[in-house]
Amino acid sequence: MSEKKIRVLIAKPGLDGHDRGAKVIARALRDDGMEVIYTGLRQTPQMIAEAALQEDVDVVGLSILSGAHNALVPYVLEKLKENGQDNVFVFLGGIIPESDIPGLLAKGVTKVYGPGTDTRVVCQDIRAALADRA
Amino acid sequence: MTEFSVDAIRKGDKLALSRVLSRVEADDESGRAALDALFAYTGKAHKIGVTGPPGSGKSSLVNALAHHLRCAHPDSRVAIIAVDPTSPFTGGAILGDRVRMPDLQNDPGVFIRSMATRGALGGLADATLALSQVFDAAGYDYVLIETVGAGQAEVDIVTLAHTTIVVDMPGMGDDIQAIKAGILEIADILVVNKAELPGADQTYRNLVLMIEMGYRGTGRINGGHHRLTIATEARSIEPEGWLPPVLKTTALTSQGIVELEQAIHQHRAYLQASGAWHAKENSAIRQTIDKLILKELSENWKKTLPAGLYETVMQSVSQRKLSPRAAAHALLAYNSE
Repeated sequence: MSEKKIRVLIAKPGLDGHDRGAKVIARALRDDGMEVIYTGLRQTPQMIAEAALQEDVDVVGLSILSGAHNALVPYVLEKLKENGQDNVFVFLGGIIPESDIPGLLAKGVTKVYGPGTDTRVVCQDIRAALADRA
Repeated sequence: MTEFSVDAIRKGDKLALSRVLSRVEADDESGRAALDALFAYTGKAHKIGVTGPPGSGKSSLVNALAHHLRCAHPDSRVAIIAVDPTSPFTGGAILGDRVRMPDLQNDPGVFIRSMATRGALGGLADATLALSQVFDAAGYDYVLIETVGAGQAEVDIVTLAHTTIVVDMPGMGDDIQAIKAGILEIADILVVNKAELPGADQTYRNLVLMIEMGYRGTGRINGGHHRLTIATEARSIEPEGWLPPVLKTTALTSQGIVELEQAIHQHRAYLQASGAWHAKENSAIRQTIDKLILKELSENWKKTLPAGLYETVMQSVSQRKLSPRAAAHALLAYNSE
């Protein structure tokens, strides 16, 4: 085996059905050589944490366009911690107001991305975060 | 990295299990040690392979089947290994089988693990067998293994699974496709999924015809496919062989799943009564041992070669001064001196 594969879970918590962003990111990470587990729409925080647990991922990427990020994201973080996966990095993308970002970062989100983000930046950030941990 | 614990895994610690699966998949020192320690507890799970062309509904069928198994046998636990292809260009992969498994996401008795092929070509990843052994040791009663979308020759699943289900769907080809060698041959159970679509009956008849042609000589089919349609009854413990039943399902609405489960259990009863259960296991284990020996021999042998010799010989081959076979002999002969 060469280097360890980076495994990423891409999930959409909550009720919004706009998954283009999630799919674009999934594809970009795949093209960067990562293994991307895509779970589909309308996931509860419990379902996301359980999938992250079973798949032993390094990173969870959440895509939220509904405005419910302040409710959903902390819940996902909490569930990951409950399962013993507090070493998993959580990245967030979607429509997130600037004013909400500091609070989310303080709760443990690694990065927050808005519309128009260069996908290469996301790939670099993931690799940098994992390199720091190692 | 947490220390590996057989106990934790045997007691159902999902985090421990999940991490060991990663180590075993990576085939590193700790993964190999874990596999060695867990092997003593293997040999109980029923490994069921699900294969078939892309889009035929394998994941949806696994979803419906696992859900039904959990409803019909609440005490038993189900593990799922879902394999999807790795990009040959970037090494990345999209593992999307979970999207089709919504009924299992809140079930504590189901563990789904997605796997990328990481360059293996037979429809599975190199570590799929090893992962199935970990689940087996962890006490999962059923291990469902979903292959990548298979064409005609991705048949590795047959060496690994006790029961191989081949999923076909309407519109995938005529009766000539049905008699070709390859994937249809490996089926213990044939499923025509998406049976609500037009053409399902034709596909069904083609598959039944294929089975009939294959088994007529044995005298176990007395003409007509009426006997075949009830092949899941009564026929399960024939000492001389197993007749693959052809079933129609619609995975999305769970049509035909009860019959599929019955066929699986009849196949298991047949395997156990005929001794084929252990024969299959042993042949898979034998292959593993042989592979490990080959790998180790070749690695050790390469270490003894003087640096550069391989490249020198390789040059003569590319200049057509030496054939590949002669080169191999020359390299091996050097070592034996």
